[in-house]
Amino acid sequence: MEINKDLVAASSTPIVLAILIERDSYGYAILERVRELSGGRMEWTDGMLYPVLHRLERLGHVEARWEVSKSGRRRKYYRITSQGQAQLAEDRRQWEAVDATLRGIWQALFPAAPVSSAASVATAKGILRDGG
Amino acid sequence: MAAKGDAAMLDDQIDRWRSYLHRRQAIHSVDVAELEDHLREQIAVLTDAGLVSDEAFLIAIKRIGDLDALSREFAREHSDRLWKQLVMPSSGESGKTVRTDAIVAFSLAVAAAIALKVPALFGKDLHSDGGFYARNAGLFVLPLLTGYFVWKRRLNPTILPWLAAAFAAAAIFANAYPFAPKGHTEILSALHLPIALWLVVGVAYAGERWNQVSGRMDFIRSSGEVLIYYILIALGGVLLTAFTALVFKSIGINASPYLESWQVPCGAIGAVIIASWLVEAKQSVIENMAPVLTRLFTPLFAAMLILFLCTVLWTGRGFGIERAELIGFDLLLVAVLGLLLYSISARDPHLPPGTFDMVQVLLVVSALLTNAVALWAIAARITEFGFSPNRVAALGENVILMVNLVWSVVLYARFLRRQGTFAALEKWQTDYLPVYAMWAAFVVVVFPLAFGGI
Repeated sequence: MEINKDLVAASSTPIVLAILIERDSYGYAILERVRELSGGRMEWTDGMLYPVLHRLERLGHVEARWEVSKSGRRRKYYRITSQGQAQLAEDRRQWEAVDATLRGIWQALFPAAPVSSAASVATAKGILRDGG
Repeated sequence: MAAKGDAAMLDDQIDRWRSYLHRRQAIHSVDVAELEDHLREQIAVLTDAGLVSDEAFLIAIKRIGDLDALSREFAREHSDRLWKQLVMPSSGESGKTVRTDAIVAFSLAVAAAIALKVPALFGKDLHSDGGFYARNAGLFVLPLLTGYFVWKRRLNPTILPWLAAAFAAAAIFANAYPFAPKGHTEILSALHLPIALWLVVGVAYAGERWNQVSGRMDFIRSSGEVLIYYILIALGGVLLTAFTALVFKSIGINASPYLESWQVPCGAIGAVIIASWLVEAKQSVIENMAPVLTRLFTPLFAAMLILFLCTVLWTGRGFGIERAELIGFDLLLVAVLGLLLYSISARDPHLPPGTFDMVQVLLVVSALLTNAVALWAIAARITEFGFSPNRVAALGENVILMVNLVWSVVLYARFLRRQGTFAALEKWQTDYLPVYAMWAAFVVVVFPLAFGGI
């Protein structure tokens, strides 16, 4: 699924910060986690993550350090700061408000739709699990 | 054997990719290293999944994305790097654009020189109506300079009426009041109007990026470089003028009437546009002179101020209260602020606090102490002398600069103790820009009324 560029840009900050709350991480692993969490529905252009990380670093939301990875390469790790955690809490509040608003209007417009789509996802997952 | 060949080939490919990336000014080598780590990990995952390294390389490159778009994103985030290439024609553009740009700049410079001479047709003489020319000096050139940036940045036309209104208002306030010839408020108006108008130039310079810290920071950078270019051009102009006078004198012709009413004033006014254009076009030639000078002079200024404070404490000497001294301390604060601003503008915000940051704080603190001691001494006696326009203007500026520097020290100290970010300091400085312009506009608009044009 192609997600609108503005939407990707707006959601990238909370997604990256939330992933860094789980554990310190680096670019490639963060992208992997995004793919995993979105079930492949969110595809970022890989390179674009780095300017986002650098912006978060400049704003003091994350801190970076270089480490040597198992493969012997130098790798830049990012850690969320307390300021970044506060930012994430604020972002979460705002996204929940947006989400609740959208849910409300979806519900009013297409009463059956969200249920059926949720159900079909559930069935699909069930089929996959049964198949495996 | 095949595997070894594969690995060598892959390294070769990555080398080429890396050097291609290095050519982009906005992406520094640390970022290239970070991206390379990403690329190699992606390739490793893909080859583990059974792809040959060639295919893995191609897919990994594709996933990183279009390098032009990526480099633009990096440039947007790291505007200090962008600064070097913002206005340079990108490599795709032809020399034709550069030429057009030069032609426009020189035409505008000539237009400014003509604008300066137009009032002469209406009997305004450069010598006898010096006050008129001083009050309007900015108005001869800054609207044209603003026009240059409007053209260069292809600004949205909706902003044009606002820019025009600002200059129209400036023209009214500069000329409507009945100033006493060579009065204090006339001189103050002439000194402050260009400061207020420079902000209008800044709005055109930064365009849509005026609302962003990086846009205003670029304007600060550019202003410093324009000043340096202007001084260099002025030095050249002095030489040219001296030789003009000399060679004409050798054949018995006195060139000074021509020099005084044409060459010097027209050159001085046109040079503003030429200096701005040079900063736009030649950034990578003499780039970032201002930060180099700040590096050099910050420790020297700090040492001088500390020596001065020690001398005051040691000898207990009092301060004079002449106007010149108050203005002198204002200028000192301006110099310190300039040193602070230009080292901020050139500093990589990601670097941890270092020795130079300590020196910087030391400089600002010692300047503030010096200023406080001086102000205290002066304020204690100012009531005896009354509030003249000059003293009020000088005091107002002193307060504005002090507020800026005090808060800067607080933010800097937080940064040094790692409780705050350098970005906060940048934001404070760029947010403060309109304050100077507002105070300058206040002096231009209110002082002639409040002090009755004296």
